[in-house]
Amino acid sequence: MSAGRGLRMSMVEAGTALAFALAGTAAIGDSLRIGTGWGADGPQSGTFPFWIGVILVAASAGTLLQAVRARAESGLFASWGQLRLVASVLVPTALYVAAIPFTGIYLASAALVAWFMHRLGGFGWARSMAAGLGVAVTCFLVFEVWFLVQLPKGPLESLLGY
Amino acid sequence: MEELGLLMQGFAVVMEPQNLLLMLVGIALGVLIGVLPGLGGANGIAILLPLTFAMPPVSAIIMLSCIYWGALFGGAITSILFNIPGEPWSVATTFDGYPMAQQGKAAEALTAAFTSSFVGAFIAIVMITFIAPVIAGFALRFGPPEFFAVMFLSFASFIGMSKGPALKTLSAMMLGFLLAAVGMDTVTGQLRMTFGSTEMIRGFDFLVAVIGLFGISEILCSIEDGLRFKGERAKIDARVVLKVWASLPKHWWLALRSSLIGCWMGITPAGATPASFMSYGVARRMSKHGASFGKGRIEGVIAPETAAHAAGTSALLPMLTLGVPGSPTAAVLLGGLIMWGLQPGPMLFVEQKDFVWGLIASMYLGNVVGLIVVLVAVPWFAAILRVPFSIIAAIILVVCAIGAFTVSNAEFDITLMLIFGVVGYVLKKLDYPLAPLVLALVLGDRTEEAFRQSLLISQGSLRVFFSNWLVSSIMAMGFALLLWPVVSWVVERINAHRSGTGAVVPREA
Amino acid sequence: MPPAGCFRRSLLIGAGAAALVSPAIAQKGWEPTRPVQFIVPAGTGGGADQMARVIQGIVSKHKLMRQPMVVVNKAGGAGAEGFLEAKGARGNPHMIVITLSNLFTTPMATGVPFNWQDLTPVAMLALDEFVLWVNAESPWKTAAEFIAAAKQERLKLGGTGSKQEDQIIAVAIGKATGAQLTYVPYRGGGEVAVQLVGKHVDASVNNPIEAVTHWRSGALRPLCVFDSQRLANTEKMTETMAWSDIPTAKETGLDVEYLMLRGIFMPAGVQPAQVAFYEGLLEKVRETPDWRELMQQGAFNSTSMTGDAFRAWLTKEEARHRTLMQEAGFLA
Repeated sequence: MSAGRGLRMSMVEAGTALAFALAGTAAIGDSLRIGTGWGADGPQSGTFPFWIGVILVAASAGTLLQAVRARAESGLFASWGQLRLVASVLVPTALYVAAIPFTGIYLASAALVAWFMHRLGGFGWARSMAAGLGVAVTCFLVFEVWFLVQLPKGPLESLLGY
Repeated sequence: MEELGLLMQGFAVVMEPQNLLLMLVGIALGVLIGVLPGLGGANGIAILLPLTFAMPPVSAIIMLSCIYWGALFGGAITSILFNIPGEPWSVATTFDGYPMAQQGKAAEALTAAFTSSFVGAFIAIVMITFIAPVIAGFALRFGPPEFFAVMFLSFASFIGMSKGPALKTLSAMMLGFLLAAVGMDTVTGQLRMTFGSTEMIRGFDFLVAVIGLFGISEILCSIEDGLRFKGERAKIDARVVLKVWASLPKHWWLALRSSLIGCWMGITPAGATPASFMSYGVARRMSKHGASFGKGRIEGVIAPETAAHAAGTSALLPMLTLGVPGSPTAAVLLGGLIMWGLQPGPMLFVEQKDFVWGLIASMYLGNVVGLIVVLVAVPWFAAILRVPFSIIAAIILVVCAIGAFTVSNAEFDITLMLIFGVVGYVLKKLDYPLAPLVLALVLGDRTEEAFRQSLLISQGSLRVFFSNWLVSSIMAMGFALLLWPVVSWVVERINAHRSGTGAVVPREA
Repeated sequence: MPPAGCFRRSLLIGAGAAALVSPAIAQKGWEPTRPVQFIVPAGTGGGADQMARVIQGIVSKHKLMRQPMVVVNKAGGAGAEGFLEAKGARGNPHMIVITLSNLFTTPMATGVPFNWQDLTPVAMLALDEFVLWVNAESPWKTAAEFIAAAKQERLKLGGTGSKQEDQIIAVAIGKATGAQLTYVPYRGGGEVAVQLVGKHVDASVNNPIEAVTHWRSGALRPLCVFDSQRLANTEKMTETMAWSDIPTAKETGLDVEYLMLRGIFMPAGVQPAQVAFYEGLLEKVRETPDWRELMQQGAFNSTSMTGDAFRAWLTKEEARHRTLMQEAGFLA
């Protein structure tokens, strides 16, 4: 048993291998539906995905086996402290992505930048908000106005007539 | 020589002040587009195309092709600084470019990337100028079997040199192939692995996956060690450019070989992305220091960048002479030509001499101007790394989200990007190599398509892959590269045995 | 579409409706109040994309509209993605869609829940022609000779995409004559033409604009056009031939006819005044010299229709496509 507290490598290893195997199984299942044979004019639509799925399942089974065997001496994937740091970036980002369909990308981006600066960088709220707003407005000008690229927009932009 | 006279006329057209100005604007826009992932060359040019509609064709193509050069240059910037490939063809640049940046050598990597891009493009343009018709004829020989053989060669030059554990390498590569297969099967028009979801119909775009796997996951990885980027203490000095230049001539053979690979891939037309991978793979095979590739070797930046730019440039040749685009960006430029009332194809060189030679002259000049512009900006680009992490990380995330969205205008892709980011983070920590995954994802469906097209043509006979000298020799090269590791391992064993020690030195592989 | 998207759209519609009631605007007829999204259910660089960008360019060059027009490519699943987007944007007057034959073929071939009646037809801009091409070095001088050869041995016909217009024509030729054709799908029309020049396939059914340059350089030979009448353009394209010299399929004894729609649609549930605005806009686009040049270059059939005539045409064509797809065994 290795020292330190955190997520164990062997668990993540096994979980990943299982996920890979699951993806392979899904591919096999769907390929059987559309045909995996070798038709008159070469392979059918499902042939390649089918065999790729089979290889993927086999390879992940091997990885899983190795992970189980090596579980005693496996170290840490990441300590809880490290994971907390990762979460401090990942959670706001996930919220950001989830908010985009509702608020549009500009408002969400302003909030994300402001939050990062304030929480992770220790900047004051005023400066953080100003920077967030600056980023959002710059993006808006570059994409919507100059390049005529439409990005996801929300009620605010709608009020402004975009 | 007739070509030289025509080229001089072309220069006269390009040198008009108005055209020179458009050139600068084009390069600047191109670098911007190249830096923003997702808004790549093809999308960017498509967006700007209508703006040029009111210009004379020569001016319009000068501006658009300069956007193209700018995007080719710009793609390297984010790859090196943040491990985020701005363009598909700069994925291979991240392999050594990003480690260099982490070691505080961002400016060196950028200089090497820009300079070798220029060299690649220059060699390709010289080739276009003097032997265009010969080469265009050669491209006609490429049908589906030849195309498959080239794809096979790309894989072969890359496989077998992965550092990851064998099973994990295999898993990663198979996952790439699977992701590439999702969506519509182009050969039969059947939907595969969409499981009834309309979001899955689109399939997994390569860029969305790469932005997540490389870019987002890198932010997650680097944050474990505290809230900062590793390369921030980089010393930035304008003299770096000269120092790197002084060291470049010794890599002349590497540059030449990479340019040839690039030109060849651009013409066939397989495109810049496989060219960059193949060139990187071959460089690593041929190098005495192969094992230290991926840890920040300058050759690992030179090889893919030279090839990508050579391919990107020569991809314009089949577009002009045959009307078949060598890259997605060339496809959009092709649409532009038609809009301006020019019909690309064999008659263009005969009927529109002014236009063609104006374009070729603008390639020379555009690349020189482009190189100067980006080199001057190297210190500023590198200085981005000194912006506090809390600011730059958020901006990167925003730019990535915008990039993922613009690839195919889908909000779902932003979510996918984040998922790929987490997946990339986990895979990196578990020592799954990402390069095979990406290679399979980018080339997977084209390879399968070419394979099945070939079999349609041959009525199901595999002999089609050895039906003429061209396809046979490419396939043979592929097999040779594939078997190389095995052969060299055997040779090493025999040598070790002969030398009498009997013991085999364990290789770090 | 997640419910979030609907929420945003209902707000958009709210704003659009508010603009409608405003009296000043109502008097002058409706006009877009925000940028107009121009959806292209195909990738960048293809025929539909080119046409959309020409329209965008004409609109901005001649200042035909106050708001900008923004082209958005939604190519996934042979265009299914773009059509579903438009279907989901019910009542949004700031969206138009350009369609090609995949308007009919994609839902039939993939089973994606979509039908042209989920959209509001605005106008037919043109019809794209199809020509049977062979390599100039091949022995076949007429369509009849080609068909006779294809009865002797299996020939390869290259085309764009799978279960779409090119393959429908290939199957229809086979059905009508008993010719044995192997259809080889490629990604784009330009690629098909080059494959034919390189003799990797024996024939193609490229649109005129995709193959014209190879014809003029003497690499390809047109055998017949799949229209009921000959092409209009009488200007000599090669030393001996003009577009109008290509016989129709019927003249050569091949009873196959196929034209591809290039039309503009809006989402369902829009106001008549809004449709009228786009009809007027497209009318102005068609009158510009830029548009006429494109029609000339691509040897398009420049028939245009709006309103009920267009609807009737669409109904008829949908039924015809269903029959063709059924006969070919392409229905999902």
